[in-house]
Amino acid sequence: MLKTGTDRVKRGMAEMQKGGVIMDVINAEQAKIAEAAGAVAVMALERVPADIRAAGGVARMADPTIVEEVLNAVSIPVMAKARIGHIVEARVLEAMGVDYLDESEVLTPADEVFHLNKRDFTVPFVCGARDLGEASRRIGEGASMLRTKGEPGTGNIVEAVRHMRMIQGQIRKVVSMSTDELMTEAKNLGAPYEVLLQIKETGKLPVVNFAAGGVATPADAALMMELGADGVFVGSGIFKSENPEKFARAIVEATTHYQDYKLIAELSKGLGTAMKGIDISTLLPGDRMQERGW
Amino acid sequence: MVKIGVLALQGAVREHILALEKSGAEAVSVKRVEELADLDGLIIPGGESTAMRRLIDRYAFLEPLRAFAKDKPVFGTCAGLILMAKEIVGQDGAHLGLMDMKVERNAFGRQVDSFEAELHIEGVGEDVNGVFIRAPYIAEIGEAVTVLSVHNDRVVAAQEGHFLCAAFHPELTDDHRLHQYFVQMVENTKKVVA
Repeated sequence: MLKTGTDRVKRGMAEMQKGGVIMDVINAEQAKIAEAAGAVAVMALERVPADIRAAGGVARMADPTIVEEVLNAVSIPVMAKARIGHIVEARVLEAMGVDYLDESEVLTPADEVFHLNKRDFTVPFVCGARDLGEASRRIGEGASMLRTKGEPGTGNIVEAVRHMRMIQGQIRKVVSMSTDELMTEAKNLGAPYEVLLQIKETGKLPVVNFAAGGVATPADAALMMELGADGVFVGSGIFKSENPEKFARAIVEATTHYQDYKLIAELSKGLGTAMKGIDISTLLPGDRMQERGW
Repeated sequence: MVKIGVLALQGAVREHILALEKSGAEAVSVKRVEELADLDGLIIPGGESTAMRRLIDRYAFLEPLRAFAKDKPVFGTCAGLILMAKEIVGQDGAHLGLMDMKVERNAFGRQVDSFEAELHIEGVGEDVNGVFIRAPYIAEIGEAVTVLSVHNDRVVAAQEGHFLCAAFHPELTDDHRLHQYFVQMVENTKKVVA
């Protein structure tokens, strides 16, 4: 009679996050700042993506001590990242009571062929995608929420824009196709046919799709909402800025009122320096996190 | 046709708008105080209550919402229920304080404990699919509050005059009976005022 871990409960949890900002935090103090600024959830990490990038080596699931500290510090949902294909990291985080797992390319993949079968889990998953094929494969595996991959830890919005435009354009194409063209489109995209059929019938993805990977300013967040994001993840952008509290509040407000440009102008005044950022063309292909995932 | 707003600061706004439209009302999203002006009723959706409260304060929504609620119907789901309560367990001060009840946040546990269950809702019907997501419940109620639904001995839906609240998410299902019930409340209130 009482059912847990259903699609409706897992996808519904992401529906409740819509119009909101999810912030990366590395300790209880940052989590509290994020909650007070109006974050709808926090992502508990050992390092923000910019520092993972700087540190190099293998990036793994956060130390459970940090996850536990964040779980105890706030009343909003807590998310955490597991490596792609790392069944045990995901199970450990689920057992700790984390509210949402990110099977994330920001960490070093544990499996270079297979993603997790996310339907096996009671906890819902968010996954990154660059195009509709990748998005549909993740939905096929049981992801309950999507986000653009962007290029994490760069403070450069260009890749997130590319991925959001790509996905939205491909959705429009699928919707306008006739049903007899759909199987070949599924083959070309590498997408499960049933997921595309559902997108064609409803005119939208069956799960919430957030923007992530390079959001550094209130205007960046508003841009992604303008392009059709349901909400925004901010990784390094907040706690790598000069004034995290102010930055966090401004990004939350710009996400809610993304078409109120006078307000965004006010919010952007005197924020101090945003994170420095990286030009994508200076990144070697092997350093691009978005290439991870299959 | 009555016109009902959905507070759109954050949360599951689109689903409520669709459910209202299917229940025979005109539905609009409300992001600014002035958009409350020509509404007959309001839904406060699910989302994160702390995030919504910060935006309510930031845009000076608190008093206009209380003034609106003096004679117009309000329906809160999940976070909306928390915002409507006079008291919140373990927390100093409440939000809008519209309904005489004490609520507990995240009362069924974390996300892995979120569930679906069939509910009986007084005046609405049997076998209503209740989707509970990190849901609150109503721990104590005042004399004027009527219990509409109970799940495992916990009050999960209630009404007090022209205020309605649910701990679950009727907007996430295709069963629009609770929205129809609220639209009816709004229509009745509008008739009395007219």
